[in-house]
Amino acid sequence: MNQTVRRVRAMAVALALAVALSAQTPAGDAAKGKDLYLKYSCYACHGFSGQNGSGARLVPMKMASAAFVAYVRSPRTRQMPSFSAKVLSDQQLTDIHAYIKTLPESKPAKDIPALDQFKEK
Amino acid sequence: MASKKTSVDRRGFLKGAAAGAAAGAASLVVPPQAAQAQQQAQARPAAALPSPRQVALETGAPPPRADVYTTDRPGADFMVDVLKTLNFDYIFANPGSSFRGLQESFINYGKNTKPEWITCCHEESSIAMAHGYYKIEGKPILCMAHGTVGLQHASMAIYNAWGDRVPVYLILGNEQEIAFRRSDVEWAHSVQDAAAMVRDYTKWDDSPVSLGHFAESAIRAYKVMMTPPYEPVVLCANGQLQEEPMPEEDRRTLKIPKLVVPTPPAGDSNAVAEMAKILVAAENPVIVAGRVARTPNGIPLLVELAETLQAGVQDRKFRMNFPSRHPLFNTGSVAAADAILGLEVPDMWNVTHTQTPINRMGMESRSIVKPGAKVMTITAGDLFSRSNYQDFGRYADVDLAIAADAEATLPSLIEACKKLITSDRKRAMEERGKKLAEEHKRNRDRDFDQATVGWDASPISTARLSAELWNQIRKEDWSFVSDTTFVSWWPLRLWDFDKPYHFIGGHGAYGIGYGAPAAVGAALANKKHGRVTVNIQCDGDLNYAPGVLWTAAHHRIPLLSIMHNNRGYHQEHMFLEDMAARAGRGVENAGVGVTLEDPHINYATMAKAYGMYSSGPIENPNDLGPAIKAALEVVKKGEPALIDVVTQPR
Repeated sequence: MNQTVRRVRAMAVALALAVALSAQTPAGDAAKGKDLYLKYSCYACHGFSGQNGSGARLVPMKMASAAFVAYVRSPRTRQMPSFSAKVLSDQQLTDIHAYIKTLPESKPAKDIPALDQFKEK
Repeated sequence: MASKKTSVDRRGFLKGAAAGAAAGAASLVVPPQAAQAQQQAQARPAAALPSPRQVALETGAPPPRADVYTTDRPGADFMVDVLKTLNFDYIFANPGSSFRGLQESFINYGKNTKPEWITCCHEESSIAMAHGYYKIEGKPILCMAHGTVGLQHASMAIYNAWGDRVPVYLILGNEQEIAFRRSDVEWAHSVQDAAAMVRDYTKWDDSPVSLGHFAESAIRAYKVMMTPPYEPVVLCANGQLQEEPMPEEDRRTLKIPKLVVPTPPAGDSNAVAEMAKILVAAENPVIVAGRVARTPNGIPLLVELAETLQAGVQDRKFRMNFPSRHPLFNTGSVAAADAILGLEVPDMWNVTHTQTPINRMGMESRSIVKPGAKVMTITAGDLFSRSNYQDFGRYADVDLAIAADAEATLPSLIEACKKLITSDRKRAMEERGKKLAEEHKRNRDRDFDQATVGWDASPISTARLSAELWNQIRKEDWSFVSDTTFVSWWPLRLWDFDKPYHFIGGHGAYGIGYGAPAAVGAALANKKHGRVTVNIQCDGDLNYAPGVLWTAAHHRIPLLSIMHNNRGYHQEHMFLEDMAARAGRGVENAGVGVTLEDPHINYATMAKAYGMYSSGPIENPNDLGPAIKAALEVVKKGEPALIDVVTQPR
């Protein structure tokens, strides 16, 4: 079996896995996610806009929904608590993920005169 | 001896008035016959004959005069003479009967000047104001409190001052002699050993039993307090000593000892030479700055050492140690260093170790110091410590410890380093300096990038709050007098700090309630210099003793306070969420007991109630700049102002 065939097979397996994962995780509801974001105090560390605070910057959200759920279950940073399924279900985390995806990104510093005016050039 | 006069003056006034009132009351009770005689006398147009009672009053034996009691020289006057030699600018105190004698002597005999009495609404405020005042002016404040209930209020603020190595001179009123305790109130306000409650976090105390003893202990207390490490001291002023007349024989013999504040201890010359050798030979030295700049001179000295070595400076943000835009500021790394110098760092173990975060099970720690790296310290903290309260931190393994004041040691250390630097070492250091300058620039670019996050969001981001404030004050002679921990250190990350009064660090022992009064005290110190004092005021902190707003308004202390109103005790909110996640339950309850909502507190209304200009609550970030500008105009006219700003958590 040559390398090309191996690659095609591997890609097919990866695609099948991704399809299976997405089938298990329904789409998130951003409105519900907003309620959960506030109710479960995500804002305490990540700010009300998902960007300010002691915790990591969540916006722009670069993780896919499944990866986000997996990360919250087992964070790679030492500061982020681990939230088990007893605390937040996969669906709830998916809703939170959908909400975070709706939050606007920040502008670059050069486009903010109040900030840019005192930065050394 | 006291003069016993019939005239009314000083302390005789109230007793005289009381005696007069009693006599007046007695004259209203007139026997029936005498009343009839009086009525007849009133009916006659001619002068009336004296009544039998009047005759008796004028011809009988005079009443005893012991109840009219005055003195021209209470003991408190001498205490004032003593304390005036210590050159205090102000007295910060909430009134208390146990030091009423001293208070009266200060405001009348002492003419309420040098020191001037500042009215405080809580003893915790008095001490924290003194804490803030000292860190701007470098002069300790005289505070007064009841030896019992007042000290109980003051105690947390004393602990903060202790943790921050700030001198506070505290006099406690106490009625030691039981025969002089006039009521159950005075029994409840008396104590056998007043200073016992704070002895674990004060440097020295005494309870003098005579005026001569008071004089000697008052001067000694000041001397002990102002010998590094600086710490609060307590002196008890016995009520009897304050209020009773100075004994006649004492007036001729009492004297006030001369105050000589010792020079601060500098490091041993051999140890300094060894330290210099290690620093100059190091490829990656890093300086960790704790409370190094004990005086304004500490800043240029630290700059000179860092520039001499081209070493990165990691600032622990306890003091204004190093200019924030200097290319060596907050550069270098303890983990990468081969020589680590801690200067007045109270938590050296934390600097050199990592620990398991609170949300992780178990407890592990490990050193981040490279094998073979040398860890060295200079601190006056090695010269004095107590055992009960654990603010001394975990024992730090170091290779060279100089028990001395760092600022006093810096000149000899700089000189020793300069002597050892060869041209080769100089070139290597210059190369290192260029890399550190690049690191500084990268850090600053990163900070500006992060400051954009949530720029237009509501609640308002603490980065935007800090940037908007900076834009309004940066061309003024400004002084920032609050901690930055709870606003993600944004002012230190964005502003240009380079003067000694630009930054004063934080609580010292993390006792919340320090912020508002320390800011008022610092603003009072800045007032005579005409500086614009700004304070980012945490909401939880202000709620401990908001009466300090009245003190600022009443004494016309110009201070611009911008509320960081995140409507909660945010650190504890995060802790509670961590604990709930760790226990796998009820994360939705993490706001219970840690939020300040329902109802929201309106701090603009609160400030108005205390007589202060205010605006807000501001929720739209675009309204912030104009609000700060308007409030600044008020402050520049000499009044305090407060802006309530609803903010992101941190």
